[in-house]
Amino acid sequence: MVRRPSARAYVGQWVFLLVVLAVGGLLVSELADNLARRNMHFGFGFLFAQAGFDIPFHLISWSIFDTYGRALLVSLLNTILVSAMGVVAATLLGLVVGVMRLSVNWLIRNIALAFIEFVRNTPQLVQIIFWYLAVLQTLPSPRQSIVIPGGLLLNIRGLYVPDVVMRADGSLLTWLACFILAATPFVWRLRLRGRRLGAKALVLPVIAAGLLAAGIEQVEFPSLTGFNITGGTQVPPELVALWAGLSIYAAAFIAEIVRSAIEAVPSGQAEAARSLGLRSGQVLFLIVLPQAVRMMVPQLTSQYLNLIKSTTLGAAVAYPEIFQIFAGTVMNQAGKEVETIVIVMAIFLTINLLFSAFMNWYNRHVALVER
Amino acid sequence: MTAELPSEATAAPSGDLARFIDTRGSLGRAADWLRRNLFSSPSNTVLTLLVLVLLWVVLPPFLDWMIFDATISGDSKAACTGGGACWTFIKLRMHTFLWGHYPPEELWRLAAAVALLVAFGVPVMRERVRHRGLFVVLLLTVFPVLAGILLVGGVPGLPYVDTSLWGGLMLDIIISFVTVAGALPLGILLALGRRSELPVIKYLSIGFIEMWRGVPLLTVLFMSAVMVPLFLPNGVSVDRLIRAMVAFTLFNAAYMAETVRGGLQGVTLGQEEAAYSVGLHWWQVQMFVTLPQALRIVVPGIVNNIVDLFKDTSLVTIIGLVDLLGAVNQSLKDPAWLGLAKEGYVFTAVLFFVCCFAMSSYGRSFERRLNRHRTGRAKHEP
Repeated sequence: MVRRPSARAYVGQWVFLLVVLAVGGLLVSELADNLARRNMHFGFGFLFAQAGFDIPFHLISWSIFDTYGRALLVSLLNTILVSAMGVVAATLLGLVVGVMRLSVNWLIRNIALAFIEFVRNTPQLVQIIFWYLAVLQTLPSPRQSIVIPGGLLLNIRGLYVPDVVMRADGSLLTWLACFILAATPFVWRLRLRGRRLGAKALVLPVIAAGLLAAGIEQVEFPSLTGFNITGGTQVPPELVALWAGLSIYAAAFIAEIVRSAIEAVPSGQAEAARSLGLRSGQVLFLIVLPQAVRMMVPQLTSQYLNLIKSTTLGAAVAYPEIFQIFAGTVMNQAGKEVETIVIVMAIFLTINLLFSAFMNWYNRHVALVER
Repeated sequence: MTAELPSEATAAPSGDLARFIDTRGSLGRAADWLRRNLFSSPSNTVLTLLVLVLLWVVLPPFLDWMIFDATISGDSKAACTGGGACWTFIKLRMHTFLWGHYPPEELWRLAAAVALLVAFGVPVMRERVRHRGLFVVLLLTVFPVLAGILLVGGVPGLPYVDTSLWGGLMLDIIISFVTVAGALPLGILLALGRRSELPVIKYLSIGFIEMWRGVPLLTVLFMSAVMVPLFLPNGVSVDRLIRAMVAFTLFNAAYMAETVRGGLQGVTLGQEEAAYSVGLHWWQVQMFVTLPQALRIVVPGIVNNIVDLFKDTSLVTIIGLVDLLGAVNQSLKDPAWLGLAKEGYVFTAVLFFVCCFAMSSYGRSFERRLNRHRTGRAKHEP
């Protein structure tokens, strides 16, 4: 501490707190007045009332007879789905572009640079709307679907992906596989004491994959019958557009993080590895990236948080995430302006806190232990 | 993974040394550059050829659409007969995209405001200028007042122009400017507050900063549009644009605060101790010793914040203000111009790109100058 604040300052801060509380109290009393004048009541009881509107895309069952509370759950799951898809895609794409930025090949380096500069300097909302209105909405009708290798179909109604049908009696196998996958990290840690795991690390995941494969009855590929597509799962264009917008935008920022982290790894590390005879791919994956990752974690965390908060932009393309459903449909229908905004804000604050707590834990886990 | 890390072995001697060694002609140098940058190894050659093939497939149709098959003449959609983009649409709607429905006979006021901006902005941006701080303060206080009077009017000689007529890129710029003018001072106060030794001030600042940083901007804008009227006394109403500006200011103040805090942490403790020991008060220490040093370090960070908030102004479209993106959205719904989404959004993206890229480039050049200055000074220190 440089110097202790004066006694006047100590008193002053409490006066300031009083002023803040007084202004807050005044606002709340105005709110109460205004609500009373409009015959509105503050409360969250409406969550148990019947919603009566449809949610076009839902991961768990939904009907118009369900409550607002269940609508909250449905839309929250949609938000989490697009966030998770975005985080994974943005990380992979960002990693590739970031490494491209450092290539010895002039063309590759500058294509990556152009991509990063263009994406970083245009608004994310414009990008999302562009993907939705200018790309996905101009795709051909189902009859002229674009066939993507791997059994995927793309048309104006969205992306059709193959559906995996599990055998009715296969659920036990699936549960077992999930259990094995969940237990894998712990087994690795037990076995890791003192020696390297090597190829043995793959034993458990391979068993789990085998069990999962044994439980599959058939894979249904989407196909055109008449005017419609049958089989497969439809990913709505709203989700595809939002996913593309979120992950491409975040990827450009992540690429710069990856680049600066790789550049921050002392060049002696790569030189030493090369002089030992490692190939450039090995140098990258075994020497440079593992050291760069621990420098990236704090910045990546804030990018991921930005991505999660940006899922609210789905409102612009009518993807039924929590903002679109609650601050849009529910607010208009139930007339609960204050409550719905408070719910949405509280949920994002909670997601933020949980996610930062997790990433801080992970950061401590990978951070360099100074001796 | 196909890309490789740049290795010292492949990098050629640079600068004066290379010019000294290189006795071949320019053709030889070009061949050397090609070999080094595109064909340095078999895998690199394959990669180069692959990229060239990809560009050959992608670029010609794109250029055809953008330029060679595009139409810009005429005054209706019927003029767009080529297979390419229909820039006629952009040309005819340009005025809406740039300044919304600002009355045409009052446009000189807009031009005057831009001229004022240049007059106030140039002293701030120039490389060697004394009293830069004073010019920044003028740009953020006197200029907004003058420009506000010019654009809103309502004084003798200047008829009143309602803010609902404002729109297009002009609206994005105005919102950004007001936000910066409000969020920068507030952010500095919050950053100082977060480092304060007074517990109440410290935790109020932390709470304020973390709350705004934890919620999406869109919820804050919705709050300003829908919730704020419920908190105002009966009969009092605030213009929708001003409410949005306040929301932007509070939200971005939290981000500015974190940027400024990074700069405050970069000022060594000895500076503050020395200032206290010559008898300065807290305010004097912050104003004359800590902040001038901290703010210089964080200019690139603040420019990044400004670029981000400028991009974010496009979100006002969702609460019904007609900024550039909103104007494009509206024009695309015009029955006479249906099906031109690609042109509309490509134009929007390019216009935003030009503005943001200019700002980011300025931030980067400032950073380079800063580093040069710092290393230059370090050389003279014992």
